[in-house]
Amino acid sequence: MTTDDAFDLECLGICKDFGAFRAVDDVSFRIPSGTFFSILGPSGCGKTTLMRMIAGFETPTQGDILLKGRSVLSVPPNRRNVKMVFQHLALFPMMDVYENIAYGLRCAGAGKDEIAGRVADVLTRVALPDLARRQIHQLSGGQKQRIAIARCMALNPDVLLLDEPLGALDLKLREAMKIELKLLQHQFDTTFVYITHDQSEALVMSDYVAVMNAGRFEQVGRPEELYHAPKTAFVAGFVGDSNRWSGRALEVRADGIKVETEAGLTVVATAFGDGAISAGDAVEVFVRPEFIAATRPGPDAAAPGGNTHSGTVDSVLFNGANSRVLVRSPNGTMIEADVVVTGGGNDLHEGDPVRLDWPFAQTMCFAAGGA
Amino acid sequence: MKLRILLVGLLSTTAFGAASGSAETLRLLTWGSYAPDELIQKFEERYPDIDVEVTYSNNEEMIAKLRATGGAGFDLAQPSHDRIYAAQLEYGIYKPLDLSQIDTDVMSPVHLEAVKTNATLDGKVYAVPHQWGTTGLMADITKAPDVKGWDDLCDPAYTGKTSMRLRRTILLGTAFAMGEDPFAAYSDLDKYQDLLDRVADKLIACKQVIKAYWQGGDDLSAMMLSGEIVASETWDSTAYKLYDQNQNIVFIPPETGALTWIDTFAIPAKGEADDAAYKWINFVLEPENVTIMSGSTGAIAAVKGGADLLPEDKKAAVKASFTEADIENLKFFANIPPGVEDMEGKTLEKIKAATGG
Amino acid sequence: MTRDAKRLSLILLFAPFALWILLLIVLPHIGMVALSLREKVAPRIYEFGFGNYIDFLNEPIYWNTLLRTASMSLLVTALALLIGFPIAYYIAKIAGRRARGALFLMCLIPLWVSDLIRAFGWILLLRQTGVISSLLVWSGMTDEGIEFLYNDAAVIVGLVYTVILFMIVPLVSTLDGMGDDMIEAGYNLGGGHLTVLRRIIIPYAMPGIVAGCIVTFMLTAGSYLTPILLGGKNSSWFTEQIYNQFITRFNWESGAAFGFLLLAFTSITVWLGLRLSGQSLANTVART
Repeated sequence: MTTDDAFDLECLGICKDFGAFRAVDDVSFRIPSGTFFSILGPSGCGKTTLMRMIAGFETPTQGDILLKGRSVLSVPPNRRNVKMVFQHLALFPMMDVYENIAYGLRCAGAGKDEIAGRVADVLTRVALPDLARRQIHQLSGGQKQRIAIARCMALNPDVLLLDEPLGALDLKLREAMKIELKLLQHQFDTTFVYITHDQSEALVMSDYVAVMNAGRFEQVGRPEELYHAPKTAFVAGFVGDSNRWSGRALEVRADGIKVETEAGLTVVATAFGDGAISAGDAVEVFVRPEFIAATRPGPDAAAPGGNTHSGTVDSVLFNGANSRVLVRSPNGTMIEADVVVTGGGNDLHEGDPVRLDWPFAQTMCFAAGGA
Repeated sequence: MKLRILLVGLLSTTAFGAASGSAETLRLLTWGSYAPDELIQKFEERYPDIDVEVTYSNNEEMIAKLRATGGAGFDLAQPSHDRIYAAQLEYGIYKPLDLSQIDTDVMSPVHLEAVKTNATLDGKVYAVPHQWGTTGLMADITKAPDVKGWDDLCDPAYTGKTSMRLRRTILLGTAFAMGEDPFAAYSDLDKYQDLLDRVADKLIACKQVIKAYWQGGDDLSAMMLSGEIVASETWDSTAYKLYDQNQNIVFIPPETGALTWIDTFAIPAKGEADDAAYKWINFVLEPENVTIMSGSTGAIAAVKGGADLLPEDKKAAVKASFTEADIENLKFFANIPPGVEDMEGKTLEKIKAATGG
Repeated sequence: MTRDAKRLSLILLFAPFALWILLLIVLPHIGMVALSLREKVAPRIYEFGFGNYIDFLNEPIYWNTLLRTASMSLLVTALALLIGFPIAYYIAKIAGRRARGALFLMCLIPLWVSDLIRAFGWILLLRQTGVISSLLVWSGMTDEGIEFLYNDAAVIVGLVYTVILFMIVPLVSTLDGMGDDMIEAGYNLGGGHLTVLRRIIIPYAMPGIVAGCIVTFMLTAGSYLTPILLGGKNSSWFTEQIYNQFITRFNWESGAAFGFLLLAFTSITVWLGLRLSGQSLANTVART
């Protein structure tokens, strides 16, 4: 119990039912102070409901929510020191920037001078010191974003909730805001809980990510853990890109599991996750494109501990540093592999024969039925 | 240039639209119930090439409508006899009648003369009588047995249980009840103003007693039948209708005389179907049609023996109300000289606005 | 060529509206003002002059009635807002999709019958031998029936009932445009119910409130039947004065002056209201 103070937010066995439908199912987690924590999941997975319970707009059917070690279930939303950045920001259009930020301070009963000082301070920290008297509709998308955060941060919340606030922004701005949000979080040194369905947002910004599916947390961990050591097929498929094949375990060997995919491709994979796999089980196999080396066919023998297949280049997906080739194997399976496209003579072209190599260790195999 | 053509085109189409179809139409501007369907049907059977179109209205609105168009839009109007002279003098909305086209012989001479004297300008006659009736009092004799004169409506014994219509009739009635003759005072408007001021004082004091001013026959009937009021100023025809439903409610001609109006026939200045109008006038004065008309209006036709042509039930109601002496005592509304309407209107507003009770 | 065609089609599209404004609104008003500036000196003889307006100022009954009409209309507007706001809020924010249509329809029902019928409905309810009074007698709360009719309260009730829809509709449409997140943000940032209502919901709905108030006020000040039928012996209404001038007194000149005064007076009241609430016509009536 002595360590409770170190956690800004704890959820203990939270469930939420809407009629017969269970939106959130036994979710427990604790977030250390000053962490950027993301909840990542597809739409409808219950992440928004979870966040609304933390903010106090919904009451959990079961479980407890603790802020700084104290249960807040009986505290109404306007008394919880949890502030929220809404999906569409919910800036008050009838007030200017200054009044938007001052609103919360006024509610808290701050004096006139204190409000002026705090607003100026928080505007400086979000690097928009001159915008106090702007109207909301005069702001750009990125500025609105920062004002929405400033409005919350002026109140020194224990936890800041962000509900997919980047969703409405265009791609370029979104990329920039990802970095900015991370920097802001460092600067304010406050716990951010960030809700998103975009895995790249979660991976880039977060200290910890919880992957949520169908009301449950599938896995909580650092971004690289989720990426490299997913515990479930769902996490493997949802976080990062993969080649994904369904198949059947043929043989469990010392160096891996031999799997034949439905299309007839035979690979050797490494077991991931909790479920034990024995010969004959249905399995899901994931291979990330960056681990597949696509080369022109040569005389070199296959490296030990690696899968080797051949095929022809079906198409080249040029995307600068993230370029890929789509390779068609003899049995018709399409395999994506990262390549470097230099523009020189060695580049692969459509129709070229190609050889694909990837290690057993990077061939993730999960017992099917998990997701 | 183009604009002018457009305007002319627009105007001519509207004018044409209005004119077309009026050739065989008799457009009647009259009181509610003064053109019963039965009579219209009968009339159209007799004159198949005439269509009758009816617009229901009252004295004030009839004149306002005709004034707005300078006397166009209708072919026959039926204002009361006191509404001809001033309206014609000021607005010129009627055209002289060709009396040779009207069966004046069937009309009761008293009423014909009364109307003629009131509706003659520069030697031309502008109206002939149609029906007459009175305004007086009605009371539920079981609850208000002592109602005799206009001022009894202001008797504190009936506080909250009487009603009147805040129009010129009550001003005149009250003046008579005060022992004055307002019609005689018309000749000297200063004197008349003085009389009106005294009438106003009386009626303002009376507001303590009055429950509400009625607006039309419907709300008056509802208040009387429900027993919310026990006595009121009324048109005799309304009282007769109530008598049908409750024999205790009778029409009472005031001691000073019931005020008598005669609704007339007058042809608007720009009427377009004079022939049809004369046909209608003669048609409704035929004895069997008089009975139908009186059955619908409750008023007595201004023809010889008009009271005998009433339907049986109405005859009974009239008998219950009028004695011979009452009929002798009838006060015909006198012509309203120009300016009097304004004076009376102001007095009525003063009464309405006063916070007497 | 095509530019001319475009311009022509624009003119043609605009023409009905321009004609409507010109023929049905501008011209009659010009006519009315011209009429109001004629003084009658003798039968069929008129002179230009401000006599009709001077008469108005010299006669306390007239401007008292105008002030009375205006103050009662303001009261009706305030009551309509007070009653209409929670209804509009319920329809826009709390009721489900299906219930919303039904509720809207219920608000519309009074408009399906004419003014006259509505007034008679109230008369049936409020009169001494009416439904409410009879119920009170039946329940033994009073011995004799109570007259609820023929007083200012009855007029106000009847008017509020008639105009409240015109308050609710603009309110619903502005409140509908306000996201729930706006209200939640209000709470989230520490506001209590009252603060959220005062600082978030009402300012947000301000254009709708102002639009509703303008329409309601104008309708009330210009109403005729309800005050006449439900009002008592002392309750004169300015439109009644106008009617009297035009119809019973054949004094069109002064009636026109009164009509113009009513228009001017209500317009000034609305303008003052806009100034005080810091709104403009463009972002209230035009927006909702």
